[in-house]
Amino acid sequence: MAEITDLGIAGIRDGFRAGDFSAREVAEAFNSAVAAGKALNAFIIETPDHAILAAEAADRARAAGELLPLSGVPLGIKDLFCTAGYQTTAASHILGGFTPPYESTVTGKLFAAGAGMLGKLNMDQFAMGSSNETSYFGNVVSPWRRNDGGNAPLAPGGSSGGSSSAIAARLVPAATGTDTGGSIRQPAAFTGIAGIKPTYGRCSRFGIVAFASSLDQAGAMAQDVRDSAILLEAMCGFDPKDSTSLDVAVPKWELGLSSNLKGKRVGIPKEYRVDNMPFEIDALWKQGIEWLRDAGAEIVDVSLPHTRYALPTYYIIAPAEASSNLARYDGVRYGLRHLPDGANLQDMYAATRAAGFGPEVKRRILIGTYVLSAGFYDAYYTKAQKVRALISRDFEDVFKSVDVLLTPTAPSAAFALGEKSADPLEMYLNDVFTVPASLAGVPAMSVPAGLDGQGLPLGLQIIGRPLDEQGVLNAGLAIEERAGFNAKPQNWWSN
Amino acid sequence: MSVDAATVRKIASLARIAVTDGDVEAMVPELNNILGWIEQLGEVNTDGVAPLAAVIPNHQRLREDVVTDGNVRDKVLSNAPQPEHGFFAVPKVIE
Repeated sequence: MAEITDLGIAGIRDGFRAGDFSAREVAEAFNSAVAAGKALNAFIIETPDHAILAAEAADRARAAGELLPLSGVPLGIKDLFCTAGYQTTAASHILGGFTPPYESTVTGKLFAAGAGMLGKLNMDQFAMGSSNETSYFGNVVSPWRRNDGGNAPLAPGGSSGGSSSAIAARLVPAATGTDTGGSIRQPAAFTGIAGIKPTYGRCSRFGIVAFASSLDQAGAMAQDVRDSAILLEAMCGFDPKDSTSLDVAVPKWELGLSSNLKGKRVGIPKEYRVDNMPFEIDALWKQGIEWLRDAGAEIVDVSLPHTRYALPTYYIIAPAEASSNLARYDGVRYGLRHLPDGANLQDMYAATRAAGFGPEVKRRILIGTYVLSAGFYDAYYTKAQKVRALISRDFEDVFKSVDVLLTPTAPSAAFALGEKSADPLEMYLNDVFTVPASLAGVPAMSVPAGLDGQGLPLGLQIIGRPLDEQGVLNAGLAIEERAGFNAKPQNWWSN
Repeated sequence: MSVDAATVRKIASLARIAVTDGDVEAMVPELNNILGWIEQLGEVNTDGVAPLAAVIPNHQRLREDVVTDGNVRDKVLSNAPQPEHGFFAVPKVIE
């Protein structure tokens, strides 16, 4: 039999049900992998006790014939989700030691479905970053290495880089992620795993540390499309505690999986062919088109004319919302407090926030404060919301004639840590293909599709109509079956 | 539009983030670089376009006007840096 830690959600669930192993064996195997994987720095805290308790409950449930959908499955949880009784920091200093007395809706649903937690996963600070270099707890390292023998540590993508690294290294079978401008899809592409951001409003934002509320959306990261469907199904659902939560039924996505795309139309947006894109990514995109054609789909060239304005629009709206959301960190109610000698209340706020936020977070708060300030609000923020309306309309128009869109997920394979961190703008450009779907709130996923010449994974992105996660998953499955991606990083990290 | 050192100091003060002279010096070109790049939105004709309010159509819900939570003072204070006598304590704000 395969190693337990090579199994994904479906493999664990089904093997556990069949009696191949106990939930406790599963939890112990992954707890050991987590403990041995410290070189990746994928976890901020490890929670083996939580995983064991859930496993014991799963073993009892199996004996009693009362299995839950995720009984026996341990997961990694991004540190943006509040977990009752377990430290939640959003990888920041300002939330150091913060232990929520309440549970986020998404993690509450996962635990109620029988899942256990292996630990809180490292990430970019407040989910602001594309490489996991902004965490207060240090960089996450990708388990992948270039095949040039140089062993340069590579970025696992961001902001859900602890999630992507841990899944690719088989420290966890699957993990939660959150996506504001590509934070699930880009790290999934960089590490050869699958990741889906559902329609905005599908997952409750209650208890998820807020970054940019009109864009933030939780989603699933896993080894493959089926596991993504299973995990996402358990995360979604209406929640009265989130005013933007959608009151719609959650479909049975796993049951609905089908890679037969007969009668489906796949759009290829010409604006996603950008300058200086590596030849291999263009070639993989063409290959993806052929795979979907082979699955029965009709391929249609389409245009999303405002695509090039998505990134600058995003870098007004996201910092504006962040500057407002992060105003709550004031050193009074929770987290860090810095009180210089003789300081008054205003000094305390400013000293606390200067000490507690990292450079990228400060940069975004300042940009957000500037674009919202008197005299500039209309020129920046209102203008950006108008362009966002046009970007959203582009998608509406194109989805009148096609069912899904196929694009690359990122304009490059994983880069080395430190390679892009000197220039914030260059880092922002990495999200060029993922940000438009975030601005429009539509579902999108990345599936691993091949390796580049350096032996690094590349992903393809599928974007779908609002609420049509099934269409996205099915096209993803069609690619997955044809790509036969089974490359794994060589284990250099276990001690 | 571009920012100078005085503007950066002003927005840092609005955002309640203490900055040193060195911070300001580094931030001026960084923010100008980003703001300059954002300016390209000026090219887009948005005449007659309403600013987007919600990406996915949703309706505002009303809930029953009843207490759903409360009596959790100790939980609320459990992460406070300086809880005192059941309150959040801060430096003196009145003379």
